[in-house]
Amino acid sequence: MSAKRCEISFTVNDTAHSVSVYPMERLLDVLRSELGLTGTKEGCGEGECGSCSVLLNGELVNSCLVPVLQAQGASVCTIEGLAPGNGSLHPVQQAFLKCGGAQCGICTPGMVLATVHLLQRNPSPTLEQVREGLGGNLCRCTGYTRIFEAVLEAAEAQAVKV
Amino acid sequence: MRAQPSEYELVAPGKLTAVLDLLAREPGVWLPIAGGTEVMVQYGAGRLGARKLVSLWGLPELRRIERTAQEMIVGAGCTYSDLRKHPQIEREFPLLGRAASWTGSIANQNRGTLGGNIVNASPAADSLPALLVYEAELLLVSARGERRIPYAGFHTGYKQTVLSADEIIAAIVLQPRFTGYHAYSRKVGTRNAQAIAKLCLAGLGKVSDKKIEDVRLAIGSMAVTPLRLRRTEASLLGRTWSPTIVREARKALEAEVAPIDDIRSTAAYRLHVAGNLLQEFVESLFARNSAGREQ
Repeated sequence: MSAKRCEISFTVNDTAHSVSVYPMERLLDVLRSELGLTGTKEGCGEGECGSCSVLLNGELVNSCLVPVLQAQGASVCTIEGLAPGNGSLHPVQQAFLKCGGAQCGICTPGMVLATVHLLQRNPSPTLEQVREGLGGNLCRCTGYTRIFEAVLEAAEAQAVKV
Repeated sequence: MRAQPSEYELVAPGKLTAVLDLLAREPGVWLPIAGGTEVMVQYGAGRLGARKLVSLWGLPELRRIERTAQEMIVGAGCTYSDLRKHPQIEREFPLLGRAASWTGSIANQNRGTLGGNIVNASPAADSLPALLVYEAELLLVSARGERRIPYAGFHTGYKQTVLSADEIIAAIVLQPRFTGYHAYSRKVGTRNAQAIAKLCLAGLGKVSDKKIEDVRLAIGSMAVTPLRLRRTEASLLGRTWSPTIVREARKALEAEVAPIDDIRSTAAYRLHVAGNLLQEFVESLFARNSAGREQ
């Protein structure tokens, strides 16, 4: 049996896209293969590691667990959509850079998006809340300390800015 | 082996009636998928048996939380994040809010649904002991109509339920009659974040005139289905505090459960820890009462 392809129209990083794909293709694969947005990484492929985190209608999700049909009409934000585009970084990216919150880099896009999601809902989180907010994002290099410092730094930078 | 997307159909009719019509036309053929936190894992690993799926995600009929004068009606498509965000659930059904906060990561809480957790019927699901102690009811719907059943009878064996092939859970109905009860729950897993439970215990209790006036206990990850611990409850009911009642309750617990051995833990460990959690519940119930604190 072969399923029929379908037309998915959605907005990715503020740009409208329309792709012809199988409805059960994972959002992760469509972003990477159809749209060439390879900043979203595949780690475990089963929703445990958070490497494939994106914002779907503003909510943090594991894109490996989203069939693309469920993103019909949605707005998706990937790591490529965060920086303002004038050569500068998003404040959360800047904080990760400043604090050394990345090593091999596989987890970093997901960590950054989980941080954006957290700070949008809780602009000044405690360390415990940071740990919870990023609890679904695994890092095998850093031991997390510098990542958590980067989140707190980003929160502080944001507070100063406001 | 990874699944080939071309071999799977997925449709999103967008309306509950259209979903139910599809299920009625070909019962057992279409697998409902909501947030995908279980189905997509099976799919990604190439272990998904169904080849035709129907999406329930985003159906407004399934994603309401409504508090009527008598009941709290939670749409089956509500996510764990929806539950955590709802102030009345936190206030009236704290065990459910707490279980939602223990279920997976934030990303999975944003997609995983209460109805999905029930239908998936894992004995280790965090929210199910809470539903048992609150004596939740389920509203089931199909093209044939609606029926309302006690959640306690829903699971008939390991991953077996009373749901018909053309039926889905529309809502979980809770009676808000536990104000003033001591609410206890504890999950024991390999680590705090994201780990699937080796064991979890939910308890509600009320002490009046130094006696246990009411008590409800349920346990997850212990047997092939989540269990209400009726004999353990009976051993505690009407008793005043003494170390003896803890010993007797532990014995009652050991007599009424048949613990499982699996990849996450052993039967012996589960039984021992279950007794410890039970003890903690009983002690906290009386400690709370003597201090006169409201929780």
